[in-house]
Amino acid sequence: MTSLLIKNGFVFDPLNGVKGEKMDIAIENGKIVEKINEREAKIIDASGMIVMPGGVDIHSHIAGAKVNSGRLLRPEDHFKDVEPKTPITRSGVGYSIPSTFTTGYRYARMGYTTVMDPAMPPLKARHTHEEFNDTPIIDKAAYPLLGDCWFVLEYLKKNRIEECAAYVAWMLKATKGYAIKIVNPGGLEAWGFGRNVRNIDDPVPNFGITPREIIRGLCKVNKLLNLPHTIHVHTNNLGKPGNYINTLETMRCVEDLVENGKPAIHITHCQFSAFAGDDWRTFDSGAEAIAKYVNAHSHVTLDMGQIIFTETTTMTADGPFQFILYELSGNKWVNSDVETETSAGIVPFQYKRKSFVHAMQWSIAMELALLIQDPWKIFLTTDHPNAGPFTHYPRVISWLISRKAREKILERINRKAQRKSLVPTIDREYSLYEIAVITRAGQSKALGLKNKGHLGVGADADIAIYNLNPETLDLAQKPKTVRKAFERAAYTIKDGNITVKNGEVVSTPSGRTFWVNVEAPQAEIEISKKLQQKFGEYYTVKYENYPVPEHYLAIPASINVKAEVQ
Amino acid sequence: MRVVSNVTCPVCGSLCDDIELIVENNHVTKVRNACAVGEAKFLAFADPKHRRVKPLIRKNGELVEASLDEAIRRTAKILAEASYPLLYGWSCTSTEAIRVGLELAEEVGGVADNTSTVCHGPSILSIQNVGFSSCTLGQIRHRADLVIYWGCNPWSAHPRHLERYTTFTEGRFQKSIWIRYLTKLRALIGKKKAQRAAELASPRKEVISKPERTFSLPPTLTAKQRKMIVVDVRKTRSAEIADYFLQVKPNMDYELLQALRMLVFDRELDLDEVAGIPIELLEEVTDVMVGCRFGILFFGLGLTMSSAKVRNIDAGISLVRDLNKKTKFTIMPMRGHFNVTGANVAFTWQTGYPYAVDFSQGFPQYNPGETSAVDILARGDSDAALIVASDPVAHFPKRAVKNLVENPLIVIDPQVTPTSLMADIVIPSAFVGIEAEGTAYRMDRVPLPLKKVVEPPATCLPDEVILQRILKEVRKLKGGKAA
Repeated sequence: MTSLLIKNGFVFDPLNGVKGEKMDIAIENGKIVEKINEREAKIIDASGMIVMPGGVDIHSHIAGAKVNSGRLLRPEDHFKDVEPKTPITRSGVGYSIPSTFTTGYRYARMGYTTVMDPAMPPLKARHTHEEFNDTPIIDKAAYPLLGDCWFVLEYLKKNRIEECAAYVAWMLKATKGYAIKIVNPGGLEAWGFGRNVRNIDDPVPNFGITPREIIRGLCKVNKLLNLPHTIHVHTNNLGKPGNYINTLETMRCVEDLVENGKPAIHITHCQFSAFAGDDWRTFDSGAEAIAKYVNAHSHVTLDMGQIIFTETTTMTADGPFQFILYELSGNKWVNSDVETETSAGIVPFQYKRKSFVHAMQWSIAMELALLIQDPWKIFLTTDHPNAGPFTHYPRVISWLISRKAREKILERINRKAQRKSLVPTIDREYSLYEIAVITRAGQSKALGLKNKGHLGVGADADIAIYNLNPETLDLAQKPKTVRKAFERAAYTIKDGNITVKNGEVVSTPSGRTFWVNVEAPQAEIEISKKLQQKFGEYYTVKYENYPVPEHYLAIPASINVKAEVQ
Repeated sequence: MRVVSNVTCPVCGSLCDDIELIVENNHVTKVRNACAVGEAKFLAFADPKHRRVKPLIRKNGELVEASLDEAIRRTAKILAEASYPLLYGWSCTSTEAIRVGLELAEEVGGVADNTSTVCHGPSILSIQNVGFSSCTLGQIRHRADLVIYWGCNPWSAHPRHLERYTTFTEGRFQKSIWIRYLTKLRALIGKKKAQRAAELASPRKEVISKPERTFSLPPTLTAKQRKMIVVDVRKTRSAEIADYFLQVKPNMDYELLQALRMLVFDRELDLDEVAGIPIELLEEVTDVMVGCRFGILFFGLGLTMSSAKVRNIDAGISLVRDLNKKTKFTIMPMRGHFNVTGANVAFTWQTGYPYAVDFSQGFPQYNPGETSAVDILARGDSDAALIVASDPVAHFPKRAVKNLVENPLIVIDPQVTPTSLMADIVIPSAFVGIEAEGTAYRMDRVPLPLKKVVEPPATCLPDEVILQRILKEVRKLKGGKAA
């Protein structure tokens, strides 16, 4: 397929300011072009449909050690949801932690073409990339967990920001990673001995550094290295009542590092970090305070972490949090600490409508999305699979688009939560343009992916076409139609190939794996010498066997950036 | 002569990656850092005594040499025509090969199973029942002040496990107990010498009682040092170096684990002993477990394959989970083959299940006991088998082996094994980790690269390539049928 022409669709391309105008999109050799020879091109008639850039997911656990342990832990999750083999596709299983092939197909069916795995333990990076190679269609990348690495803690303790930057650059290269992920900074190191840190200023045992210093240090490193994405932060105290104060503090702590109002921090699955109250009984929403702060500041982006009422599998690198969740639920619990670097935990979990806390969590995420005015600051996620499987995104879209849909949910949730929720008081209904921002344009902008999330000339021809006519249909009144349209894309085009047609996978090209290559040759040589000396002391694998070579990636796509350290 | 360093050893689940090899004329002539098992493999893998390099096909009851193309063509035909083929093995090859193997199993609608079905299968079932609190081996090196080996003998089976990862390692927060061990060893040798001298000196051959290891607290235990506990039915080499050795009565591990669980929660046991171990000692051990800063329980086949099987591991994992309410505790299976962990990992990411995956309905199904290799063979369900890097004829029950050899049997293996001798088609492959590169997973699921150190014989391709060619051939046959 060399050239394609998508005709007469209502195009939503927020990065280029296109808001539902009827236009044609021309594609040649996998890129979007100005014009093509119509007679030679395959024509897709998109009249009466909406055309958007392919969906971009900034935070979804789809591959790697932890995800795979989740799959292994839960055969019962797979029995009820299977994907048979077809002449084109491989077989697999769902539900909350789908096998690799199934993950690729299901994202593509929803019109998503780029997905970021947000928690790669550096020591097990190879594993993540092996799974990426078996995840078809979508482009992907992974964020190495760096917030609790001993090297980082030690450099930052000594305030050696430049050396730390060189180390982070080396790590991105070694793990073929994309961004700096920080999970419960300091808490994971403390979890090595079964402890945790209490708040952003509680020193990390044995290291004498506070989470605040870690976040600030890595934020400075991020800037020095000119990384495409900001630091990606899972806050301390996640999942605990009253934690919104800590979240506000986390956002505030990098205020003075902001330049030109550019984003400096991404708070991920913010719902889990926006709890008010003193305990589970007095549990309340802290969404309003966070929304107020975010509305007044330009250096923060968030993603929702929307709760879905279903049975799912929680998995984070936040070992201590997962232990609390195990104690709360009594469900089976997996813990997996990684030497010198991080930890992880997994607990199956069911979100129930009738549970006060769960219903409030549903409300908190909705409040965040509805109260934060600027859609470029908040993105649609379910922190797959933590708050719900990604296959429920269309449901979340329908809630955002339709007040009616929200009210229907509210009718059925826990009474006390009903009374406390701010959702009934909010009239806002997202437009399709805003939906395009929170599901692709905003995410790709926050990630610094220049060729994704828009339909301008030169962009990758990743396009989703949904059978939804905004002219004839009152979307807010027809949430079910909206949901169904987003569940099964009429077409998903990946790099100019039609991969999905009418919700069915029709071809399965391999996707790229992005990684950030920081060019700082001198710093690299110096740091690798230092690392080599320390490596044997810190790890049980050899320095030479640690990095993932580029040929390990099925289709590597390096993004080269120039660092300010040399 | 060239030196290849940082080679990963393709023998056991410890996957030591610091091996240094001297290679001369495409032969490994010297091995540094490896244990006796690893050294033996590196030096003798190419010995023609256990290796054939040409493909073999059984004709008129005799295995005769054939071309690789013919062997692959015949293999593809057998697999494509079989209604329920079994594809078994996978633990001694790379994950790259396993990935292709799974695709092949799916294509022919067969069953893919790996050797964990007869070793740590119960451990996996247990993880699926109760979860799993674990960590990587470095975590133990840096933090563990209590190491328990239960039903396993690392000194003999994973020889460098103690020195690289656990008791004898030096970590950030935990010192090695080498010196303590050496002193102890010297004292022991001295005592033995004195005893022998006394024996020789005494005119009458009196029976001098050997110094029985009694259940008393060794003086070293009072020190704030790393402690080691071994639980086993017999006194192994590993037990000799332990601070505590609990000699459990055979098949009574479950009782012992449950007793420990009760003691952890301060329940009183109105018994004198459990599984042959006095209750006072158990109480003491419990105190050590609760009082440690970071504990680890390693378990081996002594636990998974003794009576109660999966229930043993349920109890073991539950014990560790309970201990986490009081301190930090982890548990880890001692995996045998160098990439049996990788087989589980790759099976899981492609199909959702770690072993015993049945593709006969067109999607992965998993029901160990029904879809596991031994059961399928014992029932006589499968009508062909492809064995990759494994030796079921030597290890499976007789009834299963009977069915295996009565039906078409294809073996892809670099070595001559009882299975390959019984096979209808043998495709010798390159030794992964020596003659072919790839990825393997250590017992703590840390992936490591396997190196290609020497060139394989021209007729021996890597498993991955052989499987790809079979897959291609199968697709050709199937496509032909459709047209």
